[in-house]
Amino acid sequence: MKLIYEKSVKGRRAVKMGDSDVPTTININSELLRDASAELPQLSELDVVRHFTELSRMNFGVDTNFYPLGSCTMKYNPKVAERIASYPGFAHLHPLLPQLRMGGMLTQGALQVIYEMDIFLREITGMASFTMQPMAGAHGELAGIMIMAAYHRSKGNKKTTVLVPDSAHGTNPASAAIAGYKVVLVPSNDKGVMDVIALKKLLNDEVAGLMLTCPNTLGLFNPHIREICDLIHSVDGLAYYDGANLNAIVGKARPGDFGFDIVHLNLHKTFATPHGGGGPGAGPVGVTEKLVDFLPVSIVIKRSDGTYALEYDRPKSIGYIAPFYGNFAVMLKAYVYILMLGKEGLKEVAENAVLNANYIRVKLDKHYKIAVDRICKHECVFSPSDKMLENGVHAIDVAKTLIDRGFHPPTVYFPTIVKEALMIEPTETESKETIDAFIDAMIEIAELAKTEPEKLKDSPITTPVSRPDETAAAKNLDIAFKE
Amino acid sequence: MPFISNTKEQQRDMLAEIGCTMDGLFSDIPPHLMSDDFNLPKALTEHQLRNTLAEIADKNYIDLTLFLGGGFYDHFIPAAVYSIISRSEFYTAYTPYQPELSQGTLQAIYEYQSAICRLTGMEAANASLYDGGTGIYEAMMMALRITGRNKVIIEDSVNPIYRVMIDSYTKNLNIQLEQSKCKDGQANRKEIFKKLDNDTAAIILQNPNFFGCIDDFSDIAEAAHKKGALLIVSCYPISLGILKTPAAMGADIVIGEGQSLGMPMSFGGPYLGFMSTRMKYIRKMPGRIVGQTKDRLGRRSFVLTLQAREQHIRRDKATSNICSNEALCALTALVYLSLMGKEGLQETAQLCADKASYAYHKLTAIPGVKPHFKRKWFFNEFVLDLPCEAADVIARLIEKGFAAGFPLSRYYENMENSMLICVTEKRTKQQIGMLAEALEACL
Repeated sequence: MKLIYEKSVKGRRAVKMGDSDVPTTININSELLRDASAELPQLSELDVVRHFTELSRMNFGVDTNFYPLGSCTMKYNPKVAERIASYPGFAHLHPLLPQLRMGGMLTQGALQVIYEMDIFLREITGMASFTMQPMAGAHGELAGIMIMAAYHRSKGNKKTTVLVPDSAHGTNPASAAIAGYKVVLVPSNDKGVMDVIALKKLLNDEVAGLMLTCPNTLGLFNPHIREICDLIHSVDGLAYYDGANLNAIVGKARPGDFGFDIVHLNLHKTFATPHGGGGPGAGPVGVTEKLVDFLPVSIVIKRSDGTYALEYDRPKSIGYIAPFYGNFAVMLKAYVYILMLGKEGLKEVAENAVLNANYIRVKLDKHYKIAVDRICKHECVFSPSDKMLENGVHAIDVAKTLIDRGFHPPTVYFPTIVKEALMIEPTETESKETIDAFIDAMIEIAELAKTEPEKLKDSPITTPVSRPDETAAAKNLDIAFKE
Repeated sequence: MPFISNTKEQQRDMLAEIGCTMDGLFSDIPPHLMSDDFNLPKALTEHQLRNTLAEIADKNYIDLTLFLGGGFYDHFIPAAVYSIISRSEFYTAYTPYQPELSQGTLQAIYEYQSAICRLTGMEAANASLYDGGTGIYEAMMMALRITGRNKVIIEDSVNPIYRVMIDSYTKNLNIQLEQSKCKDGQANRKEIFKKLDNDTAAIILQNPNFFGCIDDFSDIAEAAHKKGALLIVSCYPISLGILKTPAAMGADIVIGEGQSLGMPMSFGGPYLGFMSTRMKYIRKMPGRIVGQTKDRLGRRSFVLTLQAREQHIRRDKATSNICSNEALCALTALVYLSLMGKEGLQETAQLCADKASYAYHKLTAIPGVKPHFKRKWFFNEFVLDLPCEAADVIARLIEKGFAAGFPLSRYYENMENSMLICVTEKRTKQQIGMLAEALEACL
């Protein structure tokens, strides 16, 4: 398909700004102006609309196809949340208004949403207070580790390392490293969860804390979670809960009760805000009582007269990590979602997410190799069977063939502790019919891999492109259009 | 309404297939860690919810005439922008890890990267960062990686909202952060050159700066390069409709807040951090990058490229921890720029400058109101000195229906009487006239 720049026709317009109602004054020295206008496309509105409509049709989304991408929680995104985020009272609100004298009174609705969201998230996680500033999960991790560092500074602790399990998302070690810590890996045991004995060996006074998803990236809950958190506390470390997998336990159990001190949530996962093709997300961070003072500036408080205000005077705070109040519109959609589900609804989320994942686990068990054979939570991890691998069929071939059957593939080759991983997260919003069709496709592919493995190598054939050359892309870099 | 498709009967059937009860599925969680006591409200129907949220939205004042900017702007957004980005094939997709299913997102990001390069004049752009502030932080970290040095000079005319963010991010790191103080609205060459040495990784400047003043940093870029340091420029993308590009000044890394490119203000986000650089630094750049290639049948294809820089491959050695970015906001910016086009963006920027200039003359004609800076080259914001406390006057203007001016004393010493006024293309001559009347009455 042509690029939008290749469709440009000199002189064509989509938008005209009209005549100015003020005199044009030469107010800027010509040396400060650009030589020529930026070479943006010159198209009609129809050209532009058609271009992007055509592009959109080259995408899979949750609205078009089953999207069981492990660890990404690709659940349905309710339309009402989109509608509400576009209400002018929210969409047209300038973020600097509360910084004007008495300006907080101009934004009471928005502050109420932030305040109530804080209360909801405390309740859901068992934390004492939240910041809404982090703009994605990884940003929340960084904020959380900065809080960890501030805590240790305040106690005069000399801490140098952060522990992460070998099954962790890449963001965990990256966030800890960027915040200035050395990363030490804790191995998993044969049951697929963190090895408590190995953890004990790695514990010392240098340990600032541990970052953990629970359930982990194999979809497994660690029954020793409380003991693990206690061990971390025994060296005055902090236990950090990566909320990427909260969908498995939301409304059923609380990270705070497990012993975690810091929690980040991915609102775009558990709380159903759309993933946007890669973002924007939102990654609020909650902490226990002893860490509340370190949360970023500002925090929304409710005054005795029932009005809401921003509190800026937080001397122990790590400071600002976002310009204002985080990705407000994303948070608003998650707030809407929580209101619509209520207490009972949230519990059903976890139950059905876990039910759907276990159903897939049991149904595919005979056809693929399960990473760890036990009850899983929101996701399960398989590999192609030995026979499939002997025939030269790899996880990538299963993934690409699934595309031709109309399914987005699972996450592949992650977690890295499982060879040839296929990580499947169905979410609670998918129906049995959809999941059965997916299971049938997976079984058909497993059979095909035994009888006609070469057929899988040509897949996908139903898509606009097939197996693009990624090596060539990196070697002959072309990342911006040139005439 | 939990948006669950399966009926109770289907759930029973599935449990039977698994050979387990619902409680059994959670038997791996120790019972004492389970919780049944969540103090959350009862579920609302969609109808109740919309009424409730409409009432909450009504508590926000959006009818004020805005002359408030400070890095976050009220610009015109064509209706087609929202129509296009509301296509759920875009917004319900995730990171384009499977290129065959994501050519729409991938080609759009490639086109977005191209647009950012064309706007800033640079050679390479990434797929987006969270916002303008984290953009400066990422640019600073990138400069440290490129130079292997740890000293950074940042001018106080860089948006103070971003400077406090940089302070937070550098607290636990070994970075020597030095601040120069701008002089009469221009980058303070004397002070910068004095601080610039062989340990300096980067100089961070903003154009137009927080006060709206325009500068040309070419001489500073040259001096920085002589010392082996980089020039990082934060910019306002709409202004690039007419202003000299950071590339033409010799900038090495360009970042900025992209909100003005078609995004509503939404009380602070989601916004868009854009970043562009020279090709030679691309392997040190954070964030996703899309490249063009061919598929197995030779067809034009787009893929995520240079992923070895990123956290999911390189883990603790990655150039950044960023994973989810602001992809839909990048798409918004691309659609906006495509609709405005070459001429539309230039017209918008010119209108902003013209209307700001008109407002400047109108407001400085009020007795007692004076321009703060002697030099008068500004884009669409300028600083006025009042005969009394600015915060007080701004509060009185709110009562008259204007969110006009930002009190600079909030971030700067000795500026109690100064306010920053912003004028976008959306403001009319009549609104400017009414503001002048209101301001005069408030003094």
